[in-house]
Amino acid sequence: MLEVSGLRKVYRSQRREVEAIRDLTFTVDDGELVCVVGPSGCGKTTLLRCVAGLLGPTGGAVRLAGNAVTGPPPGMAVVFQEYGRSLFPWLSVHDNVDLPLRQKRVPRPRRAALVSEALTAVGLDGTQQSNPWQLSGGMQQRVAIARAVAYEPSVLLMDEPFAAVDAQTRAELEDLVRALWQRLGVTILFVTHDIDEAVYLGQRVLVLSASPTVVQDELLVDLPAARDQLHTRADARFTALRARVYEQIQAAKGAQPNTAISS
Amino acid sequence: MLRLSGLAGLLGLAELLPRLGLVDDDYLPPASRIVAALAAEARTAAFWTAVGDTLTAWAIGLVIACTLGVAAGVLIGAVPVLRTWTASTIEFLRPIPSVALIPLAVLLYGTGLGSTLLLVVYAAFWQVLVQVLHGVADVDPVAEETARSFRFSAWARVRHVLWPTALPYVFTGLRLAAAVALVLAVTAELVIGAPGLGSVIAVAQSSGAIATMDALIVVTGLLGVAINLGARLAERRLLSWHQSVRGEVAG
Amino acid sequence: MIRRFLTVLALPVTLFLFWYVASRTSESFYAPPLRTILVAFGDTWTWPRLRADVLPSLGRLAAGYLLAALLGVGLGIAVGASRRLRAAAEPVLEFFRAVPPPVLVPVIMVFAGIGNAMKVIVIVSGCVWPILLNTVEGVRAVDAVLSDTSRAYGITGFARLRYLLLPGAAPQIITGLRQALSLAIILMVISEMVAASNGLGFTIVQFQRSFAIPQMWSGIIVLGLLGFVLSELFRLGERFALGWYHGRREAQRRS
Repeated sequence: MLEVSGLRKVYRSQRREVEAIRDLTFTVDDGELVCVVGPSGCGKTTLLRCVAGLLGPTGGAVRLAGNAVTGPPPGMAVVFQEYGRSLFPWLSVHDNVDLPLRQKRVPRPRRAALVSEALTAVGLDGTQQSNPWQLSGGMQQRVAIARAVAYEPSVLLMDEPFAAVDAQTRAELEDLVRALWQRLGVTILFVTHDIDEAVYLGQRVLVLSASPTVVQDELLVDLPAARDQLHTRADARFTALRARVYEQIQAAKGAQPNTAISS
Repeated sequence: MLRLSGLAGLLGLAELLPRLGLVDDDYLPPASRIVAALAAEARTAAFWTAVGDTLTAWAIGLVIACTLGVAAGVLIGAVPVLRTWTASTIEFLRPIPSVALIPLAVLLYGTGLGSTLLLVVYAAFWQVLVQVLHGVADVDPVAEETARSFRFSAWARVRHVLWPTALPYVFTGLRLAAAVALVLAVTAELVIGAPGLGSVIAVAQSSGAIATMDALIVVTGLLGVAINLGARLAERRLLSWHQSVRGEVAG
Repeated sequence: MIRRFLTVLALPVTLFLFWYVASRTSESFYAPPLRTILVAFGDTWTWPRLRADVLPSLGRLAAGYLLAALLGVGLGIAVGASRRLRAAAEPVLEFFRAVPPPVLVPVIMVFAGIGNAMKVIVIVSGCVWPILLNTVEGVRAVDAVLSDTSRAYGITGFARLRYLLLPGAAPQIITGLRQALSLAIILMVISEMVAASNGLGFTIVQFQRSFAIPQMWSGIIVLGLLGFVLSELFRLGERFALGWYHGRREAQRRS
């Protein structure tokens, strides 16, 4: 179980302090797919970096399976928004997926199996020897997803992974994430600014307020587990949920305008 | 604060190593003695003449090299045929080390200013030319086609499309050339004996005045720092309008 | 293919022929006919001469350059990876870089004498700065997202150096190495001109002092060829090492 309790993050520069996150508390159960959505600039990425152990919180704690997260924990994989910058341009697609496994000291035959399984799962057969920059944006993000999947994480963090790909690719990748999640039973924390995406993907949606951030609302997505782009998005329940998230985000923007506190 | 600590550390080390006898102070005099030698030098007219000679050779050489480099670069760049046919020659001539010309310079100009200028101009010219050529190659094809579609004359295309695109590269070239020109000016003086800081360093060395020699070397370093800072400052001032498109290409 | 060959060779051949024809009847003492220079070239740069003068020069060049590369990249990564160290070291490094490297010859002669060691030290102490400063810059500019990715996937320690820092900084490191290469040749020649009993720089100055003008010209040509060959070798190496970099730039340009 992933627990975030009383998380607070203040950025300090020489002249001023900016409180990015005020007080966040939530949990994600094992095997759950939770989407985090909020107005732009609300500290979503800060939250994700704290959960990933890339950033130390100012207050509160992140716990993974009971252990406090102080650095990047084993068993956690991250997919970043900037796929172009998160893949090693000097390594082939195969080596990009393989490198973290080598660091984990996975034996060679097992590595080979994991890499090719992961690449097949994301639909990237036959590109193993290419360099990432030879692929389209959508395919690059697939490589990043394959890298995360091959790592066999218990928790997968995704930071607006589809914000920079075109709409059709995005729909495909959303279905890919759901399919992988259902097959692997991995816990996914999915950060996005797209309301439709959050409702379509998640079992639960956390709505964050504007910065300094708190949890504005939390809702259960009671849509059937089998979803598809055409019918789910046309479903009345989907529309209702979507409307509710939209209202909450509007309320969040109105209630707490961006405040940078100086000290 | 931290930035100063590094310099202070260096000075402290240069003072302590010889004082504690870790380095023979005949080889490396303590920093304080070098500073004293520098102060003594600064009171002599000969020192200032030498600095003046070095800077004169540097400035004249740089101006000649830049004029030639920019003119040749724009000409070659503006005429695609020239660009294709000269590429190999430029690639061949550019890496010829300028110091290979030292014997020739001595024969032609002896120990005069001409020797220094030959080396400075040769070395600095390529820096400018190569950057200008890179800049010219960077012209946005869409901008070029726009200019053509509006029936701009050849001169107007150079003036309004090619030159503004190349300008940041020209400045990079000037900055690199300014640094190289100083190196070659001092080298020519040191090796050939043309008047300037380099030849004074050679004299100090042969007469065993190590502290003075070190002091003069520090002066060349300070000149170098001043030239680098000045060039960078000028670049930033004059190019503030298109920092974003600036790309440095190593020559 | 033939056309390409023609464009590459046309101008150099024309210039060469022009020099050859124009100098054919030259009476000038300083600019002898190219024919004479070419004959002198063949007579001068024989195998024993190459072994006695060119090989030692190349040896010093290689030793100095490789040492400078090792030192520069090693220290550069250490300095670049630490913000505090970088802040403290930068002014000092900027100063050392700004010192015209040839003036180090007399300083180094003072304690290293005039042997091979002196020349190697001169080359190292002149070449290390551009490599060092460019490496620092390269390490500093390693992409933040890529750095986060490495941390998130447990790529730390030696693997971080091997797969993140070195390749990430490689474009800048190569830039530094290229600047250092031309410096290395200059310093090799200078140190041999100032104090040596063999080597290319020494030989060429000897020719000049004894007014062996065609031989001197042939020496200048040898130096030119050396510079050209080394820079071509460097280019080949760069294309190999930075294939990904140029490929990605091309890809970005197209889109």
